[in-house]
Amino acid sequence: MNSTSRVLELGSPIGATRPGVPPWRFRLQGSDTTWAIAFLIPYLAVFAAFVVYPAVFGLWMGHDPALYDGLFSDPQYLTMVVNTLVFTAIGVNVQMFLAFLLSGFFMSRNWWIRSLLAIYLIPWALPALTAFVSIHYMTVSQYGLLDSLWRELTGEDGPMFLVSRSLATTANILSYIWKWMPFWTLIFIAARMAIPQDIYEAAEIDGASGWRKLVHVTFPLIANVYLVSTLLFTIWTIGDFPTVYFVSSGAPARQTDVLATYGFHMAFDFGYPNRGVAAMMSALPVLIPAVLLLMRRIRVTGVQL
Amino acid sequence: MSAAIVSRGIRSPVFYRLQRYSVEAACLLLGLVLVIWSVTPIYNMWMIALDSHDDVFSGSVWPDNPSLESFRVVVTQDFWYLAEFWHQFGNSFIVGLSVMALTLLIGSLASFTVGRMRLRNGWMLTNAALMTYVIPASFLAIPIYRVMQIYGLGNHLSSLILALTSFATPYAIFIFSQYGKSIPMELDESARIDGANPLQIYVRIYLPLMAPALVAVGTYALLLAWNEYLYNFLLLSTPSSMTVAVALGQFLNSDESPWNYMMATAIIYALPPIILYYGFRRYMAAGLTMGGVKG
Repeated sequence: MNSTSRVLELGSPIGATRPGVPPWRFRLQGSDTTWAIAFLIPYLAVFAAFVVYPAVFGLWMGHDPALYDGLFSDPQYLTMVVNTLVFTAIGVNVQMFLAFLLSGFFMSRNWWIRSLLAIYLIPWALPALTAFVSIHYMTVSQYGLLDSLWRELTGEDGPMFLVSRSLATTANILSYIWKWMPFWTLIFIAARMAIPQDIYEAAEIDGASGWRKLVHVTFPLIANVYLVSTLLFTIWTIGDFPTVYFVSSGAPARQTDVLATYGFHMAFDFGYPNRGVAAMMSALPVLIPAVLLLMRRIRVTGVQL
Repeated sequence: MSAAIVSRGIRSPVFYRLQRYSVEAACLLLGLVLVIWSVTPIYNMWMIALDSHDDVFSGSVWPDNPSLESFRVVVTQDFWYLAEFWHQFGNSFIVGLSVMALTLLIGSLASFTVGRMRLRNGWMLTNAALMTYVIPASFLAIPIYRVMQIYGLGNHLSSLILALTSFATPYAIFIFSQYGKSIPMELDESARIDGANPLQIYVRIYLPLMAPALVAVGTYALLLAWNEYLYNFLLLSTPSSMTVAVALGQFLNSDESPWNYMMATAIIYALPPIILYYGFRRYMAAGLTMGGVKG
């Protein structure tokens, strides 16, 4: 036993007799426990007061079964469920796939493609409020930019986006993709940069073409990142508020509401906070398994976002 | 595509040149599409902001008489909706900076305790944090609105600061504990042998070595607070307590909405985050790869 580890042993608690084990690893000593508690109190206090208590309060607000009878017989609720599913399924999957493909495009060594990335990132850097209000004005009336462009090009009046449910939903989904695709592209660029170059060289020597390198090298190596990102983004999208609130504002006639805007509308425009909470809670059977699966994936694979 | 079937040696140089040109052309086309896609809503913002009030509804695709009049109105608070614009701008800064400071402090203390002091059931805390990070904040909006009234914090900046801090801290803990693993434990051990207490180790060793992660998370928290809308709207309601985000939302809800003033306000509101993103891009990218990808 050399002198350093003997010194370590002197200052270490009972558990740490193995050489190389840090002195704090197993048990905190008296004054250290005090420090640890003091260090944790701020987080525990904030967590208890602004996460746990509101969560319990929400469960209490939504505990009455009669609320759910009223909810499930509300045709607007059913419309909202369909909208949320469509918004999430298309908004997440199309976006992730395009982001994955575009990350390959932006890996190019071309200087102008690299400088293009700076422009491509603007939607992500812009506050959601600013971006979505602008898109709202683009689509809201016959004076919006899109309709004006349509008139310039065809000489006829363009479609009224926020009058048709399908067009308004399309506008919501496209805005969502517009706003967040740069972020996921960056995530995939980071994932691709972590792949060692020699794997590609080996694949090239074996005669792999660009397409086969994508399918057999790149994709398997970032599959975990792709899966975790998709899961995380799905959960976030189910609860997304600003996109629909600003772009279509539920128009026409609250036919394009999604979960968060429906709950908000119920609670603060109609004055039924309990029904709003019940609507959010009705998503928990989907949300909780997704969260558990995601947390497991993160623990198992070590992918972090 | 029959050329692709023929073995490599027989392809003519013309084939390769054609292939290269077509790839180049496809890239240019894709780049063009991406630029139009990314820039159109931003062009629309500027177009409306540069219009005069009467031209907004002219239905043209460029400003007929571009002027900076709307920006002047916003900056001089020359419209009743904008009467307290600079005050609200200040509120946004107060909220952003407080959320940043609190998140950094609380998050680094918690992850120091869990990661460096090897707390026995620390994983429970990390898991709870992860769960808070993953679940969308909108799920807690209605209860938090009520809870803030119970706490007597309704319509006060501190309610927003505390709520947003508790949403930003989990990500901070997450990134800090990840980044902290790259700092050798031997540093803590030798400091302990020299007689340092945990607070001294935290201040003198942990924080300086965590600087890159602190910058990344600080930027994240600041932007989260600045860009957030739902909680801003719910928790702040009077003109003097509002942040710019709430004031902007009010524009949208009014019937006689001066679009050009609103877009000018929105552009000014978007400047600080844009500057932060492009100024700190290197750190933001570092934050991404740091939290990034080990799969």
